[in-house]
Amino acid sequence: MNTLTVSDVTLAFGGLYALSDVNLTIQAGLITSIIGPNGAGKTSMLNCISGFYHPTRGAIRFGDKVLTHASPHQVSNLGIARAFQNIELFRGMTVLDNLMLARHRKLDYRFWHALIYMGRASRQEALNRAFVEEIIDFMELEPYRKQVVGSLSYGVQKRVEVARALTLDPELLLLDEPMAGMNIEEKEDMVRFVLDIQKERRTTVVLVEHDLGVVMDISDQIYVLDFGQLIGSGRPEEVARNPKVIEAYIGED
Amino acid sequence: MAYFLQLVISGIVVGSIYALSGLGFVLIYKSSRVLNIAHGQIIASGAFITYALTVWLEIPLYISFFISMGATFFLAMSVERVFLRRLIGEPIISVIMVTIGLMSILDGIIYLTPFGSVNYSFPEFFPKTPVNIGPATISWTQLVGLIITFVLIGLFSWFFKRSTVGISMRAVSDDQFASMSVGISVPRVFGLAWAMAGMSAAAAGGIIGNITGLNFETLHAFGIIVFPVVILGGLDSIIGAVVAGIIMGLIQQFASGYLDGKWGLNGTADVLPYVILLVILLFKPHGLFGTHEIERV
Repeated sequence: MNTLTVSDVTLAFGGLYALSDVNLTIQAGLITSIIGPNGAGKTSMLNCISGFYHPTRGAIRFGDKVLTHASPHQVSNLGIARAFQNIELFRGMTVLDNLMLARHRKLDYRFWHALIYMGRASRQEALNRAFVEEIIDFMELEPYRKQVVGSLSYGVQKRVEVARALTLDPELLLLDEPMAGMNIEEKEDMVRFVLDIQKERRTTVVLVEHDLGVVMDISDQIYVLDFGQLIGSGRPEEVARNPKVIEAYIGED
Repeated sequence: MAYFLQLVISGIVVGSIYALSGLGFVLIYKSSRVLNIAHGQIIASGAFITYALTVWLEIPLYISFFISMGATFFLAMSVERVFLRRLIGEPIISVIMVTIGLMSILDGIIYLTPFGSVNYSFPEFFPKTPVNIGPATISWTQLVGLIITFVLIGLFSWFFKRSTVGISMRAVSDDQFASMSVGISVPRVFGLAWAMAGMSAAAAGGIIGNITGLNFETLHAFGIIVFPVVILGGLDSIIGAVVAGIIMGLIQQFASGYLDGKWGLNGTADVLPYVILLVILLFKPHGLFGTHEIERV
């Protein structure tokens, strides 16, 4: 399992610093949360890791590979998957097709195999299908398998998005506010899924979330950002005592 | 009856070429949301390259046909790479202005070559005696062109529906962020969409050239008539482009066959497609098969 290290990352848009000299270490096998007020740079951080933005300065490493200037599809092929804050699904396709498409990149048979659909092609399709069905089972999406994603409720779409990221069989999973806009029951389900993803699937999880109750309960490690700067880090109880963090959240008098 | 059947046959021949031209246009629009105004120029280049190879270099037609498809494959891919890659994420109006600029540049280049001013025509490659279909006839050139067109349309549709690259293209047209996050290289998909559109344009150009001769104005017009065709079919539907292409071919033939010369009308075939364009935009802006975006709030 690889550790993700973010060293001295600065992301500037002209004169606006979305991130300044941020250092993070995401340890393998744990749940690491990144929290902070609105506009603190949490999503910018995820965008840097997953290759949608490239840091102005600094470096990002995953194990011994350098991700600093990798493009999103390269990052995805290295085993880092992501679920987005604003749902990004193939809305016109069914749940099953959305997941199979994520799996499609793992096929390595050629045109002629596909044409006769025997041997390698059918074997691989069957393996992939089995994997996708396992994920559907894991994320409890059976009732929606053949439904078009655009017609599903918001909470279920969020779950499909996490499922699609899992279908890539990632080592590291980036979750950007997976519980935003959910009711209590849906939130509890999602918390259970996140814990299962870490424990049963042995996947490292990076969680960006506003619900501090959830974050304090399930995180092994927390990093706090404010105005693009790292103002605190550590175990949940350490972070909760950190005066800078309290100030950022509650404000000064 | 014989007259009617003759009109139907030539309508289908012309229509299938519209379909093939429209297909390239739709491929680009569907994957990258770019309206390629310069499509007619790529069609024309394909036709001219085929002619130059066949007549001047004396390469057999069936080989030069494929070479010219290869050439426009790279032409269109480099156009995407050099001019349109940097416009990803820019407003649609800038993208359209760039393709209009491209049209002018390609026009200028073509006018520098002999093809800009001289009308060439391919030698006859097929038997001169036409084939009888009931009381009507079809020339061998038209028949072969028709068959090749349908084979190509079938291949392109299969590719888009079933191959890995085709599925990536459809994924990109649905959601670019989602595609990137599952490991699809979006710029590569854009390049390939252009390349395939270039290939289909060259094929269309080669077939038009053989049937009607090489006149730059005529070939140019094919790039313009692609608009009413794809609007009728729905901008992002391949099957729409095929059906609408054939409908448009039939309408044009019937118009010139039955309307011209009556009530002082003339040249109706040139006007009707654009009348249809306006009517479609008024009453069914998504065309026959285009996707309806339903916003859920």
